[in-house]
Amino acid sequence: MKKNNVIVLSLGIILIISIIISFWIGRYPIYTKELLGILLSKIMPIEQFWTDTMETVLFNIRLPRIVLACLIGCCLAAAGAAYQGVFQNPMAAPELLGASAGAAFGAALAILNYGNSYMIAISAFFFSLLTVALVYLVSKRAKGSGMLGLILSGIMVSSLFSAGTSFIKLVADPNEQLPAITYWLMGSLSGAKNSDVSFVIIPMAIGLIPLFILRWRMNVLTMGDDEARTMGVNSNRVRIIVIVCATLVTAASVSVSGMIGWVGLVIPHLARKLVGNNYNHLMPTSMLLGAIFLLAVDNVSKYLFSTEIPIGILTAFIGAPFFLYLITRKGDIY
Amino acid sequence: MSIEVSNLSFGYNHRLVLDGINFKAQENQLVSILGPNGVGKSTLFHCILGLLKGYQGQVLLNGKDTNEMSIKEMAELVAFIPQSHYSYFNFSVFDMVLMGTTVQVSAFSKPGKKQVMLVEAALARLGICHLRNRGFTQISGGERQLVLMARALVQEAKILILDEPTANLDYGNQIRVMTQIKSLAREGYTIIQSTHNPDQTFLFSDKVIAMKDGKIVAYGVPGDIFTEELIRNLYAAEVKIKSLYEDKVRVCIPTCAI
Repeated sequence: MKKNNVIVLSLGIILIISIIISFWIGRYPIYTKELLGILLSKIMPIEQFWTDTMETVLFNIRLPRIVLACLIGCCLAAAGAAYQGVFQNPMAAPELLGASAGAAFGAALAILNYGNSYMIAISAFFFSLLTVALVYLVSKRAKGSGMLGLILSGIMVSSLFSAGTSFIKLVADPNEQLPAITYWLMGSLSGAKNSDVSFVIIPMAIGLIPLFILRWRMNVLTMGDDEARTMGVNSNRVRIIVIVCATLVTAASVSVSGMIGWVGLVIPHLARKLVGNNYNHLMPTSMLLGAIFLLAVDNVSKYLFSTEIPIGILTAFIGAPFFLYLITRKGDIY
Repeated sequence: MSIEVSNLSFGYNHRLVLDGINFKAQENQLVSILGPNGVGKSTLFHCILGLLKGYQGQVLLNGKDTNEMSIKEMAELVAFIPQSHYSYFNFSVFDMVLMGTTVQVSAFSKPGKKQVMLVEAALARLGICHLRNRGFTQISGGERQLVLMARALVQEAKILILDEPTANLDYGNQIRVMTQIKSLAREGYTIIQSTHNPDQTFLFSDKVIAMKDGKIVAYGVPGDIFTEELIRNLYAAEVKIKSLYEDKVRVCIPTCAI
């Protein structure tokens, strides 16, 4: 078996082990015996040897949080890897086209209008997609290279929405709304619910599947538009499909978790170090690594201190120095 | 495989870059396009490849208008070998060549066993098997040119278009690359290349197109059109052309050197 296949397989096994360990972490640890018992009892009759509280914690707190951490990590890393390919830019991240800035504005707006958590997620999701659509429309009218226009209008529209978010913070009630907005912007999985999972699972599936399937075409897109076309790839069409899918999964992720930065930039680069730049292995490796990373960071955020630290702060604390390590490390250039 | 360009004109902002280009290339032919910088050689290639739209005139591949062909149909007939390739991402030589087979697989799948065998054959054909696991950005310029040629070969298109294949190569690599191009033409490929080197044009080409100011000023077999006036006209340079080995070879010598 080839080295890269071994890496992908090992990461899959590490992810499963991480998931099992994650059930142990928290105020009510659920160890593997009880975990298996509760899960198996759903499909076959097993005499109950666990407490009812344990079952409630498992299904209503532990499971949605673990599932969300894995899905969001997977989505952000996949979106980052995809953006880097179609923009031929190693510094591209899921935030590039304004998905996060739009989500932040949508969430702040919903909090300002006393929305519940479900409405906050819907508003964040909607504004995230709206921002990227706006960026795309503006770039269509920009002169010169399409790709540069897209990146520039992404930066501009993002800062416009950031200004909007700042304005909402200014007029928000400083006792309740402002802390809620600030906390949302830091990113957190602490309130993860089953309804969050059912809200994001469909857009995530719609986005992730094409990103996975089109991964060979993404290789060809990194060669540039002209070369891709002469090799028989409709570069415009593939790029649009990839951008739409990556935006969809990013919007779904930030709508329930808030701002979680760095995953989409650092994880694809770590994956590039492990398996090289061929998307054939890079895409699954990024997806698995992203899931493992966010799950691990979320466990740290729950466990390390007596109060929970927002996960967005931790990913930045870990991500930024790790990225510096990656780019300064001696040896292989990639 | 034939390629026929008729009355092709193209302009940016009212300035005509290509003005009424006509020529035809057949299989087993190596056609070289000679001309000073900025004469429109790259623009001509972009029009032929369908990368530039909005030109006047026609480009026919095997008698079929390229405007009526899809990107996939084009890629099955014509492969392009760019002058330089810059990528932010370092791919292995093997993966790089494998990308050439993309047109043979559906959008939702990846190259399989058949394509891997094509890559092996192309690497062997060009003598670069030892590079297969090296990174594309870590090999020399001449090796890169051979890798890009291998990538075009696995595309299985019978028309090859090369944009200054020997620019930036050292003398030995120029000869190696030109030898490969020549032997591909002998195997039935239709090859169009642009070049800056008049000597090379005479040594390797079956036909030469000399371009100036967006027009073709001379077109024919090198022995007929390769004259001192042509070089003066194209490059504003004084040269003597010397015939060697019973006119099998002609070389250009700048008069200032004599």
